[in-house]
Amino acid sequence: MIPAAFEYARAGSVEEAASLLQKHGEDAKVLAGGHSLIPLMRLRLAQPSALIDINGLKELDYIHVEGGRLRLGALTRHVTIQHSAEVRQNLPLLADIASEVGDNQVRNMGTIGGVFAHADSAGDYPTLAVMLDAEVVTNRRRIPAREFFQDLFTTPLEANELVCEVSFPVAPGSHRYIKFRRRLFDWAIVGAAAQQVDGGWRVGLTNCGPTPVRCTAVERALSEGASVADAAARAAEGLSPSGDLRASPEYKKHLATVLVRRAVEQAQAG
Amino acid sequence: MKHRIAVTVNGKEREAEVEPRLLLVHFLRDNLGLTGTHIGCDTSQCGACTIHLDGKAVKSCTLFAVQAQGHELKTIEGLAAPDGALHPIQQAFWDEHGLQCGYCTPGFIMAAAYLLQQNPKPSEDDIKKGLEGNLCRCTGYVNIIKAVQTASRTMSGAAEAQPAASGG
Repeated sequence: MIPAAFEYARAGSVEEAASLLQKHGEDAKVLAGGHSLIPLMRLRLAQPSALIDINGLKELDYIHVEGGRLRLGALTRHVTIQHSAEVRQNLPLLADIASEVGDNQVRNMGTIGGVFAHADSAGDYPTLAVMLDAEVVTNRRRIPAREFFQDLFTTPLEANELVCEVSFPVAPGSHRYIKFRRRLFDWAIVGAAAQQVDGGWRVGLTNCGPTPVRCTAVERALSEGASVADAAARAAEGLSPSGDLRASPEYKKHLATVLVRRAVEQAQAG
Repeated sequence: MKHRIAVTVNGKEREAEVEPRLLLVHFLRDNLGLTGTHIGCDTSQCGACTIHLDGKAVKSCTLFAVQAQGHELKTIEGLAAPDGALHPIQQAFWDEHGLQCGYCTPGFIMAAAYLLQQNPKPSEDDIKKGLEGNLCRCTGYVNIIKAVQTASRTMSGAAEAQPAASGG
C-alpha cells in the first residue's frame, strides 16, 4: 500500500524542526521512529502534507540521571531503553516495559518521544508516566504527564511544538508490568503496572480508556492496609474502556482487576 | 519533489532520485531489483521485509527510502559469500529444513542474523522472543528454531569442538 504524497524535510536542529513545522502548517507531522505513523499513512488513515524528519537530531538521543530524575531524550529508541544500565538501575520498570514494546525490529526504530506524541491509549510508557507524575518537555514548555494525555491521540502539542524529553522520577523499588495480549508483539488488550514508591504503591492501567489510567482507589486501599485482592477489586472503579475486536468493555474491566492483583502480588514477590 | 539519496547496499554505493513516499522495501525491490526482500503483510507485522540498517534488523516496509540516506543496508542478497557459499544461517535453514513455502525465509534469516549478532548462544526461549517479529504462515516454527540453534553452534565453532568419538 502506497502512502499519499507528501513533502519531506530533514531537520538539522530542534529549532529548525519547529520552524519547518510552522512553515508546513498543521497538517505537517514529525517523523521519528515512524512505527505508528508510517503504518497509518500506508492505510491512508493519516495523510500529512509534510514530514519533518528528526532522526538526525543526535541531541535528542540521551539518557541522563540527575537530581532524582531519569531524563530521556525524545529520540531514544526502545532498544536503547531496554538495555540501558542507567534505566535498569533507576527505573527498572521502564526497561521492562521497553523490552515488551513490539518486536526487535520495532524496538530498533521506535522512540519514546514518538509514543508520547502519538498518544495511543494502548501505548505502554504513558501509563508509567501518569502513575509516576512524569513530565513531558517540549521545545516550548514542561507539561505534567497527567495533563499531556487529553484524549485518544490528543495532546496539547501545538503545531510548531515537538516532544524533546520525557523526565521520570527515579523509582528503583519493587515493580511489575503485565501486558496481556494474544501474541507477543501485539499491543496490550489491557496492561497493568505496579511500582513501589516511598513505601506506598503507584498503580496504573493501559488501554482501559482514552488516556492512561492511574488507579488511585487501589493505591489508597493498599496504603490503608487492605489485602491485595481487596484493593485490586477496586481497579475497575470509574473505568470506561471502549470495546474492540479483541475485548468487550466488561472483559477489559474484569482483566483490570485480575491484572492489577497479579501485578502488585508479583511486584511484592520480587 | 524528488530527493537524491546515496546509500550503501550490500557493500555497493547506490544513488537514486526518489519520491518521499517511496517505501524502502519498494526501493530495494523495484529500483534496485533486490527481490529477495519480500512484502508479506504490508502492516508492519510479519517481518518478511526484514533487512539490516547499520547492522540493526528493521522492517523495510516501515521506513521511507529517503530515511536511508547516508546509511548502510544489508539484504538477504548480501549474506552469502562472494563465491556463492551460503552464510551459516542460510546453510542451517537448508540443513534443518527451516522453511515450508519459503516466503518468510529471507526475513527470518535476517532477523536470526541480528539475533545471533546480539546473542551468539541463545536459548530456545531467546530464539522465540528474538524472532517474535517474524511470522510463518505455514507454521514451520519448530524447524526454524532448530535452524537457528544449528547456526548458533556452527558460528560459535562449537560443532568442531565436539569430541570426535561422539560421532561414532
